[in-house]
Amino acid sequence: MTVDYIVKRLGMLLVVIISAISINFIIPRLMPGDPVQQKMDQMVAMGGTVGDVQGMVQEYRKKFGLDKPVWKQFISYWGDLLRGDLGYSLNNYPQRVSSVITGALPWTAGLLITAILITFVLGILMGAVLGWPTAPRGLRGVVPVFLVLHAVPYFLLGIILLFLFAVSVRVFPGGGGYSFGTALQLSLGSIADVLKHAALPALSIVLAGVGGWALGMRGMMISVLGEDYINLAEAKGLKQRRIFLWYGVRNTMLPATTSLAMSLGHVVTGAVLVEMIFAYPGIGHQLYRAIHAKDYTVIQGIIVVLVVWLAVTLFIMDLIYPLIDRRITYRRR
Amino acid sequence: MATMYRDRAHRALRFARLNMLLVSGLAVIVAVVLVGYVGSAIINQDDARVGAFDPGLRPSRDHLLGTDRQARDVLAVLILSIPNTVKIGLLAGAVGLGIGVVLGLAAGYFGGLVDLVIRTVADVVFTIPGIAIMIIVATNIRTMSVEMMALIVASLAWMYPTRAIRAQTLSLRERLYVEVARLNGESGMELVVKQMLPNLLPYIAAGFVASVSGAILATIGLEALGLGPQGEFTLGMMIYWARFYGAILRGMWWWWSPPIAVIVVIFIGLLLASAGLDRIANPRLQRTK
Amino acid sequence: MSPDVLQVKELRVRYDTYSGVVNAVEGVSFSVRAGEKLGLVGESGCGKSSTVLALLRMIKPPGRIVAGQVLLDGVDLLRLSDEEIRLARFAAISLIPQGAMNSLNPVMRIREQIVDTMRAHNGGKSRAELDSRVRELLQWVGLSDWVANMFPHELSGGMKQRVCIAMAISLKPKVVIADEPTSALDVVVQRRVMHTLERVQQELGASVILSGHDMGLMAQFVDRLGVMYAGRLVEMGPTEAIFEDPLHPYARLLIDTLPSLDRKGDFKGIPGVAPSLLNLPAGCAFQPRCPHAVERCSVDEPAWQEARPGRWVACHLWAEGRR
Repeated sequence: MTVDYIVKRLGMLLVVIISAISINFIIPRLMPGDPVQQKMDQMVAMGGTVGDVQGMVQEYRKKFGLDKPVWKQFISYWGDLLRGDLGYSLNNYPQRVSSVITGALPWTAGLLITAILITFVLGILMGAVLGWPTAPRGLRGVVPVFLVLHAVPYFLLGIILLFLFAVSVRVFPGGGGYSFGTALQLSLGSIADVLKHAALPALSIVLAGVGGWALGMRGMMISVLGEDYINLAEAKGLKQRRIFLWYGVRNTMLPATTSLAMSLGHVVTGAVLVEMIFAYPGIGHQLYRAIHAKDYTVIQGIIVVLVVWLAVTLFIMDLIYPLIDRRITYRRR
Repeated sequence: MATMYRDRAHRALRFARLNMLLVSGLAVIVAVVLVGYVGSAIINQDDARVGAFDPGLRPSRDHLLGTDRQARDVLAVLILSIPNTVKIGLLAGAVGLGIGVVLGLAAGYFGGLVDLVIRTVADVVFTIPGIAIMIIVATNIRTMSVEMMALIVASLAWMYPTRAIRAQTLSLRERLYVEVARLNGESGMELVVKQMLPNLLPYIAAGFVASVSGAILATIGLEALGLGPQGEFTLGMMIYWARFYGAILRGMWWWWSPPIAVIVVIFIGLLLASAGLDRIANPRLQRTK
Repeated sequence: MSPDVLQVKELRVRYDTYSGVVNAVEGVSFSVRAGEKLGLVGESGCGKSSTVLALLRMIKPPGRIVAGQVLLDGVDLLRLSDEEIRLARFAAISLIPQGAMNSLNPVMRIREQIVDTMRAHNGGKSRAELDSRVRELLQWVGLSDWVANMFPHELSGGMKQRVCIAMAISLKPKVVIADEPTSALDVVVQRRVMHTLERVQQELGASVILSGHDMGLMAQFVDRLGVMYAGRLVEMGPTEAIFEDPLHPYARLLIDTLPSLDRKGDFKGIPGVAPSLLNLPAGCAFQPRCPHAVERCSVDEPAWQEARPGRWVACHLWAEGRR
């Protein structure tokens, strides 16, 4: 791994984060109307307000210095961000946006990482087996099923699963991250409860994802199997299992991880919507609630976190590639 | 050697199969579109008005798909929703593709700095979760319309076509006949239009299908989050309202399942079509040797 | 004369394609003697690759071996079980592949790939034994020890080809098949690879079957030569004899296309194009391009016969005693 490579990737990471966050700053200011004013109007229209409205308005105006020139706002915006200060929730003043996010992030991270890992491993294995010429006939019948699953957006699959397993047959809870009224603790019962609540959201992500992965991996496997080194491996008298894993699957790992990286944004988006369907207490659900309540500061905060999170993940994956495939540092795109 | 014959055989086989893929994909899409447009002309639009019937009726002979909690006929709403969703998809796909073709051609043809800038921008936008930007834009728009929706979604549907067209333009540029045309003194623009565009057609078609399906997916996501055109009928808004009124937990399957079914059918059609086009565009067995 | 190690009898390979049935190898018979270098020469698509791959039973669908025998020391390889043929591959009959550039697994070190070959056949050896054998093999093909630690992309084409040779001899097989081993290499590297192949035959006593389209290369290297056309052997005999006095018009044309000292730069191509195996002419497959074709050539397919001791040919002209 060359220094040049790391520096280039790091540069890319910074460009992504800076431009995304700048867009986050600029777009609301390009739109006609003052979001705070809009929010106030809405609150007044709705009658009763929650929290210290006047205090909030003052704090907000001071925070963003809305009278100051835009470039000064931009600088202080960045200053706040770098200190990890995302401002206050418009709706639940004086709750801080950062506390909304830190409360939700572990849920999302846990759900997403588990679901993506399961999807990745399952999808790769199934696809690889499907791409192998002696794949069991029964398994091949699964391909159209994968095709259909691949065509269903994550959260729509979530709706179907929710209906099937929480409404028709009440095997799983209908939403939330844990049973209402219980306190989270490190006990077996509590962990089981959390897992039970995570099962359907995770299953939606896994099922919808596995189809796509399996189909993609099948294609990659088929093209790898056409390579000369597979032929030679067979001519060498290697056992099928050895050829499959070490000559076939190993060589599809790089394109597979590349497409995992490419699809990560898609997965995150899908997961956000899945959380909404299941009222799962992660940032997707918070985002949905904030959109409903027009809580702009929370929306923006969550977007910043999503963008940074994804960019950092991709950066880490870029650093991992050369370990998977030795050729990559030498290859120029 | 024998591989030559094997290749030819594979090509013939693939052609049969890809035609089937493309044809069946297009057939599915055309069928859905027909149901939407013809149906919209036939049904009584008043059936889709709030309070037209009793709310929450199960499917029956009068209401094949029942009524929702706003007392609208679900079938009527469904049929009226299809043209709008299709419209958003096509419009966004076309805009996204247009941007993609121009940027891709420019990057591939001019190379150098132009290429570097376009490629970097595309890479950056690729890395940003599209929904994030769309949410920011959509939350700041006062009243959302179908056309506005299409434009927002289109702003993130151009990267795939840009990349694909750029790569193809690059490889076309290397090929001989473009060289020959250049020697014949054709200017840059002439070259692009006369020599390159026709050869890029399969990629452009594949890019269009990809941006349409990306656009529809994004649209439905945004709508489900509640950022869609509130007063319009679209498939995504149907799902949003169904969820808003708790149709899923109340077991009103006839409300939320029809739009999901139609969306899935549309996506399967698009998937088949793009698989078919892909095989025309990238005959993979064109291996060297 | 040494005994035959390998006998190929009436081998037929067919590809069932959607555009039709392709008979890539049509009734090919020949034998290989112990320690002999045999060449199979012909244009692209003549079936020589299919023939040599069939010896290892490496024909992939939609192709299959429909008939024939491949007798290695009297055992028919085509009748072995899958596990038996797996064990025979490389241990009894090995392959130096056509595309050496892409024949090594890009994500495995060279050492592992050579070890893989040995492990698949006699698993009992210790790591140290295997490692020292790898060193020995690399040395034998003229590569340094450090090559074992390299990945394929770090080696040149010639080096990769030699790694392939090292693998091919790692189990001391009786027959080594080289399927156009030098087609992607430049002339200097070609010579070195051919020299290594020469040593395979001399020092290890293995028989070598070399397939290729380069008559010149064949002339320098092989003891006996088989000329293939449209899936059939049309002539076979000692290389020198064929070059001095080719019996089949196609063999003559192939030899005439070679540049020689007295005919510098005077290339005569073979008129016409190689036939499509999907649509072969009636009678002799070569008849449309043959300068000496007579009426009978477009009716009957000529038989494969021993025209002179040790010299086989399939041509009506020869059978009728005219040339």
